[in-house]
Amino acid sequence: MNDYLSGLGALLQQYDVLGAFWTNIQLTFWGALIALALGTLLALMRISPIASLRWAGATYVSIFRNTPLTIIMTFMVMGVWTALQIQLADNFEDNFFRLAVVGLAVYHAAFVCEAIRSGVNTVPLGQAEAARAIGLSFLPAARLIILPQAFRGATAPLGNTLIALLKNSTVAAAASVSWETSSTMKTMIEFNPNYLWEIFAVFAIGYVILVIPIGLLTTWLSRRLAVKR
Amino acid sequence: MRKHTMGLLAMAAASTLALSACGGAEVGGEPEGGASEGGDGITIGIKYDQPGLGLQDGAEYTGFDVDVARYVANELGYSEDQITFKETPSANRESMLQNGDVDMIFATYSITDERKEVIDFAGPYFVAGQDLLVAADNTDITGPEDLEGKNLCSVTGSTSAEKIKTDYAEGVQLLERPGYAECVTALAAGQVDAVTTDDIILAGLSAANGDGNLKVVGAPFSEERYGVGLPKGSDRCEDINAAITKMIDDGTWEELVAANTEGADYTPNADLNPPTPDACA
Amino acid sequence: MSASVLFDAPGPRARSWTLAGNIVGALVVLAVAAWVLVQLDSKGQLEPQLWADAVSARTWQYYLIPGLLNTLRAAAFAIVGSIVFGLVFGTGRLSQIGLVRGVSGTVVEFFRAVPVLLMMVFFYGLFGQLLPGVGDKAFLAVVVALILYNGSVIAELVRSGVGNLPRGQGEAGLAIGLTPGQTLRSVQLPQALVAMLPAMVSQIVVVLKDSALGQLIGYQELLRTGQIVYSADGNPLQVLTVVAVVFIVLNLLLTVVAHQLSRLLSSRTAGQTIEGTGIGNPTAVAAGAGGTDKI
Repeated sequence: MNDYLSGLGALLQQYDVLGAFWTNIQLTFWGALIALALGTLLALMRISPIASLRWAGATYVSIFRNTPLTIIMTFMVMGVWTALQIQLADNFEDNFFRLAVVGLAVYHAAFVCEAIRSGVNTVPLGQAEAARAIGLSFLPAARLIILPQAFRGATAPLGNTLIALLKNSTVAAAASVSWETSSTMKTMIEFNPNYLWEIFAVFAIGYVILVIPIGLLTTWLSRRLAVKR
Repeated sequence: MRKHTMGLLAMAAASTLALSACGGAEVGGEPEGGASEGGDGITIGIKYDQPGLGLQDGAEYTGFDVDVARYVANELGYSEDQITFKETPSANRESMLQNGDVDMIFATYSITDERKEVIDFAGPYFVAGQDLLVAADNTDITGPEDLEGKNLCSVTGSTSAEKIKTDYAEGVQLLERPGYAECVTALAAGQVDAVTTDDIILAGLSAANGDGNLKVVGAPFSEERYGVGLPKGSDRCEDINAAITKMIDDGTWEELVAANTEGADYTPNADLNPPTPDACA
Repeated sequence: MSASVLFDAPGPRARSWTLAGNIVGALVVLAVAAWVLVQLDSKGQLEPQLWADAVSARTWQYYLIPGLLNTLRAAAFAIVGSIVFGLVFGTGRLSQIGLVRGVSGTVVEFFRAVPVLLMMVFFYGLFGQLLPGVGDKAFLAVVVALILYNGSVIAELVRSGVGNLPRGQGEAGLAIGLTPGQTLRSVQLPQALVAMLPAMVSQIVVVLKDSALGQLIGYQELLRTGQIVYSADGNPLQVLTVVAVVFIVLNLLLTVVAHQLSRLLSSRTAGQTIEGTGIGNPTAVAAGAGGTDKI
């Protein structure tokens, strides 16, 4: 029993599990920030008066929503960095981290866009009609009337997208971010197969601890922010 | 209402099953299925993505590892059609042996103490050395010490890049990709300065992808003793070693090395090759 | 969209501004595209041979099609398993028995929280220890991990599908003397299932995309066989493009099917048909989301 515990203790000391989780949290944070900005822009494009913008927004969503994230991540390294020579930092660690963040952001922006659009659909017709009636053109109407209510209506799907983003940050492994959780767990299992269950439990519980509060928070927020009608 | 629902579900289920059935049938032509299949066959793990060593070439498998594997399997009493080849990527080799996915592995598998704790080895059947692949016009990288502050690419799950970082050049920046082809592409594009792994692998890569614009530095700085990976406690080790010894003695070994490195300007280190197999554990 | 209430039909001046904007926009897009092409060309990535190798008959026959079939095989097993898992645990969460509800809830919440990739890695190791020498463990691990995650999503679909039905449906069932269990089985579930069918089709998109993660544990699906192609031919960008296009076309078709199903079925249920978001938990996007009468 003592051997078992000290073996497990040594294992957890040998690998930086907390550091790995911290990497995924950072990937998620930056990825979510950019995805939210890009996704909002895309949603605006998709409801805008200009046909070409609507078309561009819809095309973006169709492409990125339907491509496996693994391929997007591989493209970030092999296409953007290797072929197009776009370097996001001088040292490799920051560079691949940022490439992974961009990969996560462009993929999840498509889902953020759809989440916001579903939020727009919760805004009653009268609101838009009232906005126009008082003389607001498209952008002011969107900024002052539609989007604030749409974001409230989109809280739940946006929360789901955030949870998905956190879990998908493990795919950064495909963008050479080899110090994140899935790569760390894989290496640990490979060289310590006798601790398989324990290693999985550590990582799985880590994600449960991260995901459940986000879920509870979005449920609470979506109730609190819901526009009473 | 209910009838409709069930009908729809049945339709959905039927179409998915049809999909899976067609999948199963066609993939049958492709090597798959585990070591258990058939009972009297043998499943051998090789690389599918290393020109000159283990490469899936259409329906065929080519390379030095593959040829050695065929010879050894024949000596163990398996005919050509009893051999099933299966891909064993670097990062999955230990697990695939432990899992029983393959019976033995010939996949540029260096014998190391760390690996010996979880699996067994027969052999070695070849001794390679870690080396560097650089652009043909590169003159400032002549050995691993020159990599300080340079960019280096290696594959996920191999230890060769770590070795350079700890033993030679602490300030080297590492790129890890799932396959060497991606490393070579990054090298050709100038995003990394060198690719590191064993010299014989690099020779195969430069012959297949290089168009003469890449070169192997030619100063190996390690001994990589390629062994035959076996599950822990396997009873095949002695027989495999006997087969390897026979292959070296009857001249097949030399033929295979020559045939598979043709056009790559590569000769194995003569002091260490051909090797004598280690005693079995 | 022309009927949008967010903006007036553009007048002559707005139209000319839009035209000018479109021309500028198109020029910017063209400039970026040109820059990308020049960059690719300077790296020799536009060599016709590299592209020809990526789409040659040999590449399809020996690599991409077997890989695609493996992808479809894993997806097919995963989706059938997910539906079974989802029905069992979804109705479990609606059970009258507190313990069953609790267990089902815990299982569903747990598997929705753990990244699919971690589950694949774990099951790959676990099956190795439990089933030495049996079948293709990478395949099993991919399928089981996909079932646990997507099954949990479908369980939530079942629950929300029942929850979204008008209360009158359940009340009517009880009023004619059915037990709560019978009401669930013969009144609520059939309607909920119709409502969630489009979302289940959307979920196949998720399954297909996630099956590409199998590459990281050595399952020979489409992305992995693509990687083998470019190892020999030295054309990663070209092959990855082809693989991505295959995935996109496949998924677009499924999305269209989901959308059509949603429209077709919306008259067949008292609830709203759910199309699914293709990510996470698809509760919130109720249909009508195409939303012609709204914005």
